[in-house]
Amino acid sequence: MTVESTAAHKPRRSAGGKTGGTGTKATGTTGTKRTTRAAKKSTDPQLVQLLTPEGERVANPEYDPYVAGITPEDLRGLYRDMVLTRRFDAEATSLQRQGELGLWASLLGQEAAQIGSGRATREDDYVFPTYREHGVAWCRGVDPTNLLGMFRGVNNGGWDPNGNNFHLYTIVIGSQALHATGYAMGITMDGADSAVIAYFGDGASSQGDVNEAFNFAAVYNAPVVFFCQNNQWAISESNEKQTRVPLYQRAQGFGFPGVRVDGNDVLASLAVTRWALDRARRGEGPALIEAFTYRMGAHTTSDDPSRYRHDDERIAWEAKDPILRLRRHLEAANHADEGFFGELEAESEALGRRVREAVRAMPDPDRFALFEHAYADGHALVDEERARFAAYQASFADAEGGQ
Amino acid sequence: MAEKMALAKAINESLRHALETDPKVLVMGEDVGKLGGVFRVTDGLQKDFGENRVIDTPLAESGIVGTAIGLALRGYRPVVEIQFDGFVFPAYDQIVTQLAKMHARALGKVKMPVVVRIPYGGGIGAVEHHSESPEALFAHVAGLKVVSPSDASDAYWMMQQAIQSDDPVIFFEPKRRYWDKGEVDPEAIPGPLHAARVVREGTDLTLAAYGPMVKLCREVADAAAEEGRSLEIVDLRSISPIDFDTLQASVEKTRRLVVVHEAPVFFGSGAEIAARITERSFYHLEAPVLRVGGYHAPYPPARLEEEYLPDLDRVLDAVDRSLAY
Repeated sequence: MTVESTAAHKPRRSAGGKTGGTGTKATGTTGTKRTTRAAKKSTDPQLVQLLTPEGERVANPEYDPYVAGITPEDLRGLYRDMVLTRRFDAEATSLQRQGELGLWASLLGQEAAQIGSGRATREDDYVFPTYREHGVAWCRGVDPTNLLGMFRGVNNGGWDPNGNNFHLYTIVIGSQALHATGYAMGITMDGADSAVIAYFGDGASSQGDVNEAFNFAAVYNAPVVFFCQNNQWAISESNEKQTRVPLYQRAQGFGFPGVRVDGNDVLASLAVTRWALDRARRGEGPALIEAFTYRMGAHTTSDDPSRYRHDDERIAWEAKDPILRLRRHLEAANHADEGFFGELEAESEALGRRVREAVRAMPDPDRFALFEHAYADGHALVDEERARFAAYQASFADAEGGQ
Repeated sequence: MAEKMALAKAINESLRHALETDPKVLVMGEDVGKLGGVFRVTDGLQKDFGENRVIDTPLAESGIVGTAIGLALRGYRPVVEIQFDGFVFPAYDQIVTQLAKMHARALGKVKMPVVVRIPYGGGIGAVEHHSESPEALFAHVAGLKVVSPSDASDAYWMMQQAIQSDDPVIFFEPKRRYWDKGEVDPEAIPGPLHAARVVREGTDLTLAAYGPMVKLCREVADAAAEEGRSLEIVDLRSISPIDFDTLQASVEKTRRLVVVHEAPVFFGSGAEIAARITERSFYHLEAPVLRVGGYHAPYPPARLEEEYLPDLDRVLDAVDRSLAY
């Protein structure tokens, strides 16, 4: 079944059947001001799109206000973010092929979803990523080389989450949705107006933790935005193996709004995420954004997508490429000239070089690092085992010294 | 000034003190608010500290621990209640995969001061999943600390120390001892959280136990004394880490060790204790380290639990076997 047919897949039981067709976004217990929206059948997913694949700006009265102030310079900035993120990602894939990284999870194709949502966050907001949010990390100002430590095998995280309010990559699927919700509950307790955004994918939507997070967030009206990048594939399993309803419609059953946005449209991703973060800040509770996108590459460098999907599917999605469509828009609107694109290319190459050099120079950790930070307050057994390990290591030095 | 109170009340007083003195401390769990918990351990706390600090959560254990992790990242010190031992497993993933490892993964940049309270153990005639002792499953996990008080005073002080700990602490509460009374002195100066304590001195054999089995061991020592045998009791108090120095000193004095716990013997904490004490005190031992605990069978229905749980005679039998070497 093709991706398009997945989108059109009709659930056997309509989750929105009893709402009288009040819209694709549930009004929920907290309510929204936009109840006048034209009625849509909930089984007919409405994709929020501001830029067509051809780069044409289309009006959307509901979400246009959230990008009303966007300048040509801002658009160039978003374009630059996406290009550099893709370049970084490609460099990491190459580094894995060269044996410098043990594994890499490419974001190829998901740049718009990540840059659009990432640029919607405020400095005091907090981001809980999966392991593929390289574009969001870029927006948060995390040094991209920091992301590579865990893939090289020199640490299991390695950056200070509070440095950029960007939590560590989380590998076990969906766990971070609960951390995000708890953090958001804390924001409410503190009386702050920050918000939290939790990233996960279509596969994670099946996890209990994600559904528990939805429910906790709804019950406590927590300021958290659930940003689901539906890239159509959970390794080898397509959407039909994860859900009977379009994912954004899950929100309705939990009592908060859900929106499906064109995840290959950076402007729409920015607008919808701003909307969701704004309402969270105002105390209107959680929202679910389903960014409809496509994982152009393999799940990770260890994966072989040819075993489970046809190449023509990827080719069809290439026509909707997030970077290409913004370039078309920039060019058609005369917002960028050759000089801009040329400089960006040079900047991309410089980034690739910097990343390459940084990874190759990344030293293996000291062997005693394996005991470090196991506990914050120390632990007698760790002390004992470290001492024994040290004595064992020293025994080689003694043997060598004695020869 | 010391006051006599039940173990459950001691925990309640300890939580109350923590809520009073640290605005970042939260109590959360199923039914902990209005009801005061199914064992009333949190009785009255929500009334006095409000719904934002003593939080009735949705009925989802993974959600409780997962959100507690997020709250800890925000700077809070959540004390979460898992209603019964057998209900912890939906949260096991969050505890083992996330809570235990977060500090190390962040290279020490974040701390996880979360206490997970678990009423545990049998002997109360409960239905299935209400009488288990899963402490070894947590002690096996680096990043967690695991403790279990045996009396009211320890319950009070160990809870204070667990809340102050910057590491996650799994706090196993001996539910069948909840109503046992003991002296609690909130002005005392407590010893270290993870130190074992010799609670009865003896010369012929050491009994090592924690939580609900310490009281049983006292009864065993009384019975053995009538037969002219002098048993020493070490209340381990902490299962991760274990204070092997204190235990070793006792064993090297008595030369015999029997470990008693309700948890299944196979891969239980007694197995680890036997291995380490054998390694540390091999030439001092007159007998192999013996263990008394649950069988490798599902926790039985209530009418059979007395057959499953260590009791006076089973421990005395192990004492006899050890002394026979």
